[in-house]
Order: sequence, then structure tokens, then C-alpha cells
Amino acid sequence: MKRFGAGLAIVLSLSLILASLSLPANAADKTVTIGYTASKTGKLNVEATRQINGLHLWMEQVNKAGGVKLADGTVVKFADKFYDDESKKERVQELYTKLISADKADFLISPYSSGLADASAVIAQQYNKIMITTGAASDSTYKKGFTLIYQTYTPASRYLTGAVDLLGKLAPQAKNLAIIHEKDKFSTDVVTALKKYAENKGYQVPLFEGYDTATTDFAPFINKIPQPVGAIMGGGHFADTTTFAKQLYEKKVNASMTALLVAPPEPKFAELGEACISVIGSSQWEPQATYSADSAKKAGMEYFGISVADFIKSYQAKFNEIPSYHSAGGYVSGLILQKAIQEAGSTDTAKVKAVLDKMNLMTFYGVIKFDDSPKAHGLQVGHDMVYIQWQKGKDGKPVKQVVWPEAASTASAMVRPAR
Amino acid sequence: MWSQLAASLTDGLLLGFVYGVAAMGLTLIWGVMSVINLAHGPVIALGMFGTYLLFTHLGVNPYLAMVPVAGAGLLVGLVIYVIAVHRVINAPHLSSLLATFAVNMIIIGIGTAVFSTSPQNIDYSLGSVEVGILTFPASRLVGAFAAILVTACLYLFLYFTRPGKAIRAVANNRMAAELMGIPSSWVLALSFGLGTMMAAVAGGLIATFFPFTILSGGPYELKSFVICVLGGLGNPLGALVGGLLLGGLEGLVPTFMPVSWVPVVEFGLFVLVLLVRPSGLFGAK
Repeated sequence: MKRFGAGLAIVLSLSLILASLSLPANAADKTVTIGYTASKTGKLNVEATRQINGLHLWMEQVNKAGGVKLADGTVVKFADKFYDDESKKERVQELYTKLISADKADFLISPYSSGLADASAVIAQQYNKIMITTGAASDSTYKKGFTLIYQTYTPASRYLTGAVDLLGKLAPQAKNLAIIHEKDKFSTDVVTALKKYAENKGYQVPLFEGYDTATTDFAPFINKIPQPVGAIMGGGHFADTTTFAKQLYEKKVNASMTALLVAPPEPKFAELGEACISVIGSSQWEPQATYSADSAKKAGMEYFGISVADFIKSYQAKFNEIPSYHSAGGYVSGLILQKAIQEAGSTDTAKVKAVLDKMNLMTFYGVIKFDDSPKAHGLQVGHDMVYIQWQKGKDGKPVKQVVWPEAASTASAMVRPAR
Repeated sequence: MWSQLAASLTDGLLLGFVYGVAAMGLTLIWGVMSVINLAHGPVIALGMFGTYLLFTHLGVNPYLAMVPVAGAGLLVGLVIYVIAVHRVINAPHLSSLLATFAVNMIIIGIGTAVFSTSPQNIDYSLGSVEVGILTFPASRLVGAFAAILVTACLYLFLYFTRPGKAIRAVANNRMAAELMGIPSSWVLALSFGLGTMMAAVAGGLIATFFPFTILSGGPYELKSFVICVLGGLGNPLGALVGGLLLGGLEGLVPTFMPVSWVPVVEFGLFVLVLLVRPSGLFGAK
């Protein structure tokens, strides 16, 4: 009898173990890890911090809303794993390899800047991981035959060309422009396309010169700007472009227009005071953006995710500042992944990739559509830039206005005042 | 063309005064104790951060902040000398070179941990100065005056005070100075302190022109080497003239070729002077 009892106990225990193994996993346990590096230190710190803030906000909201429910009833929640890349390219590949191999990241978000994103994209492709790039506009990354890298930003080749159109309207008498740019991947891509576009429009480019990333003294470049000059364009990233704008003001250089990269749309740029007035910048997104479910309906496409107003409100509540386009880029990179996983009903790379290839939707950040041709796979083809200008508000303080394209403008563009 | 040349030369020369102050610290240390101080760059960066912290946290005018920054620079130099240099002062040059390189790495490591490598900026503008066709930031003019003042003070100290005369005596012949009752260890420590003080002041002045990180001292250390060779190693006044030469060159070169050629010309000149006149343009033959 004793033996029978012991045998029964063993059989029952084994049955219970087998039954527990065959049960579906607890839905709340399905956690998808998103890996990325963040430039917590170094020259890209300002932009990268905003980008990560945006991504964190998305993650917090999607998890709070219950995560993403897959077709089989599994509920996916998101967690992140990141390291400080110190704004250095050489750190990125090592850290992304670690994120995939040691931290078992399921999906990847790029670091900020084209140079760092390009370095990380190689690793993502090598390890068969989908990477959504944000803060990375360079076109060339998507022309290397990668199949798992998807771009959030409007590409560099379309980054400043609108400023040339605006110059034609703002100062029709202008005949030339000086281009001074950072010699990194992104800025070089932008100004190469800009120069070609300007020359095709009939402008002369008497000065086209690059500066090293660590440059802090722009006087040798500014002294080379010919007079009279229609416009000064270029720059690079936040730190160098802000210094460049400040020194342009101190040297009292006259031009009808100054249009610079990356820094002007950042709210922190207003700390330049008088030196920021009239500076134009191209922006991936602005809080005045009018993307909505209605505009999506009119355009015949689906609207997905948070509204513009709710994004601004929740971002301000969490970080106590107005979101910049870097913040919006960080948020939307998560939103794209969320939508793709939701549509695919799976976290499988091949299934999620199939959805991303066909994605064509509108979000608070604008239209998201990727090139799915082998020639430029993953290149952003749906999203468009807006151009902002810092003008004086009623209280004399700098106010950011959208000045181009005209359909989206909140104020008319002003000519740079004579210094 | 001429207006660009004039503007470029003015900018370069005004900056050259400050380069001169940075190089003066390096050349003083070499001249007195034959030590190549590889911690010079990080001390320049510490001068930048000292000025920045006094300005942003205590509201001290950045130019007045030079006084406490100079004092702190002197103190830092004395500490570095006692800990890392004193024991290897009579060893082969490689020992002191490696000792100061280690100090360089320690300061950069601590600086990176404390301040990170994000750029900082002293948000203090004096506006612009217009002289005829020239327009330049007033901060550069004030920086140049401050550099002249610092040089004059160093000159007066070295030539008209007892400790200054002791430094010159030790630089001239350490053994003879010791026989005359001059405590050479104290004099060497003081010289090292004065050298780092000059570096810190130069850093403070540069911080009023440009944004900076803890790594920003490096390029100025390299420039200081070129200037020391131009002006003659061990010759503080030659360093100021060397600084002006280098600044002038940095103004001149971009007028005729891309700015990225400036270091090529600078270091080409460095090699040339080393080959043709190793004691420097203003050094003893």
C-alpha cells in the first residue's frame, strides 16, 4: 500500500510538472528587450538625451496601456537596455555586439547621429536584428545593401534643400551662398546635396569648406565668407553649430539668411539670445505640427498612436521642457516597432520586417514609409521637413516660428537684420 | 582678399597672446628642471573648468576668476611636483615624461568622471569691437591684455624678486645655486607650480572664447610644444613671441588654403625649426 501511495505521488507530481510545461507562459512575462546606446556624455549629449527621453516616454506609455497583444493572446511588454557610447564611433560596435550577445536584445534602436548609427547598423545586420534608426539622416547607410535597418528621419539629401527655395522667396536678389559644414558623415551628405541643388537653381557657391568635429574657433572660416553673400548655410550638430552661430553674430557678418543644421530647432538654442534671432533651421518635427487622424483620413492613410497635443503634454509633464524633434524622433522609433509587432502578431524578425517593408501610415511625427527596393532599403520616403526661424516675440524674447513650407507656416520668414 | 587677410591676422594674433601664456608655463618648467610636462594640457583644461565653476556657481566675473584659478593652478603644480616629479627629477628624461603622462591620464580620468566630456560654455559676452574694417569679439582683446599682464608679472617676478632670482639661479646652475644656500627642491617645486599656474590662467582665458571639455587642453599642449620650439625651450619671453608667430600663422594660412591645412603647416614648421635651429628661433645658439 505504501509503495502504491509513493508511486501515485510520483505520477501525480510528474503530471503536474508536465501540465505546467504545456500551459502557455504567463502573458505578463513576455518582455521584449530594446537595446541601444545613448550619448550620455560627449558632444552629442544634448540631442541624444532628448532622443532617449522620447523613447522612454513611449515605453512607459505602451507598458502602462497594457503592452501589445499578439494574435495568440500573448501580451508583449517592453524593457530597454542601454550603454553610454560617449559620442564615440569606436565604442558603438563593441556595445551593440554586447547588447545582442550578452543582453539578448530583441530589437535595436540606433544611437544618435548618422556616423554612430552607420557603425551600429553593420552589427544589427550581421546579427539579424531589426534596427530602427532615429537621429540619423544620412542617405548612404541605406544604400549599402542592409535589409533590416529602417530610417525614421527625412534623409540628409532633402535636409536643407528647402532653405534654398525659401531664400529664393525671401531674398530674390541673392546670387550666392557660403557653405561651412562639419566634416562628418551626416553634414557632408546634407551639404553635398544642398550644393548640387543650389547650383541647379542658379546660385553660386563661392565658399564650400568643412571643419573638424572638435572645432571651437570658427573665425578662420567666418573670415573667408565673401561679401556680399546671399546666405550662410551648413553647420553640423548642436555643440559646434551653436558656437558657429554665436561667432557669426560676434563677427557681425551680413547675409540675407543663415540656415543651419540640427541646433536651431532645439529649445536650448534660444539661450544664445540676440545671436539666435533670424537663424533658420530645418526640423524633422515641430510642436506646431498639424498631423492628425483627420489629416491622415484626408490623405487616405491610417493614423497610429498618440496625438500631437497629447505627446507634447505628456512629454512636458515628464521632462518639464518642450519636446524637440529629437524627442519626437525617439518616441516615434518606439511607436514604429510597436505598430510592426502588433501588425505582425509576432516578435519574429522576418514577420516584423515584412510589416515594416509595407508600412505606410501617419503618426504625430508625420508620415512613415520606407523604401523597400534593394537599392535603398529602409530609406525614409514618407516624411517631410519643416523650417523654423527664431524671431523676437512680443516680450523681446526669442520665439521659434515655422516659416516653411508656407502651408505649415506660423509666421512669415524674416531677412537677417543688418549687424 | 586684403580685408580677409587683415581680419584673419588680427584674430590669429589676439589668440596668439594666449597661446604664448600657455607655452610660457611649459617652457618655464623645461628651462628650470628639464622636465617635459605632459600634464600641461589637462591643467589647461582644469583652468577652463575652474573659471567655469566660479562663474556659473558663484557668479564670479570670469576675468576676476583668473586670480583664484591662478592660485589653484600653483597649488596643483606643487602637489604634482611633490607626488610625481620630485623623485624622478634626476632620473633619465623618460622617467619624468612617463610620470607626467600618468598625471595627465589621472586628471583626464577624474575630469571625465566628474564633468563628463559634454561641452561646457562660459556664457559671458563682452560684445564686439569694430576698428575700421575689422570686427572681433571684445573677449579676445581682453584676453590679449590679460596675457600681456601675466607675462609682465612673470617677468617682474623672475627678475626683481628673491624667489624669482633663485629660480633663475637654479635654472642656470643648480649645483652652484645649492652651494650658495638656495634650497633647490623648494625652487623646483615653485617653478613647477608657476608653470602650471600659467597653464591654468591660459585655460581660463581660452574658456572665455570657446566651449570646452576636459579633453580641450590637448590641442593647446601641442601648440605649446610648437611655440616652445619656435621661441626656444626655456625662454619665457620667447614663448610669448612664439605664440604670436603661431597665432599669426594660423591667421595667415586660411587666407590662402583650406583651414584643415593649418596643422600641416604648423607641424611642418615645428620639424623644420627642430632640424635647422634646434634651440629655437630665440634660443641660445
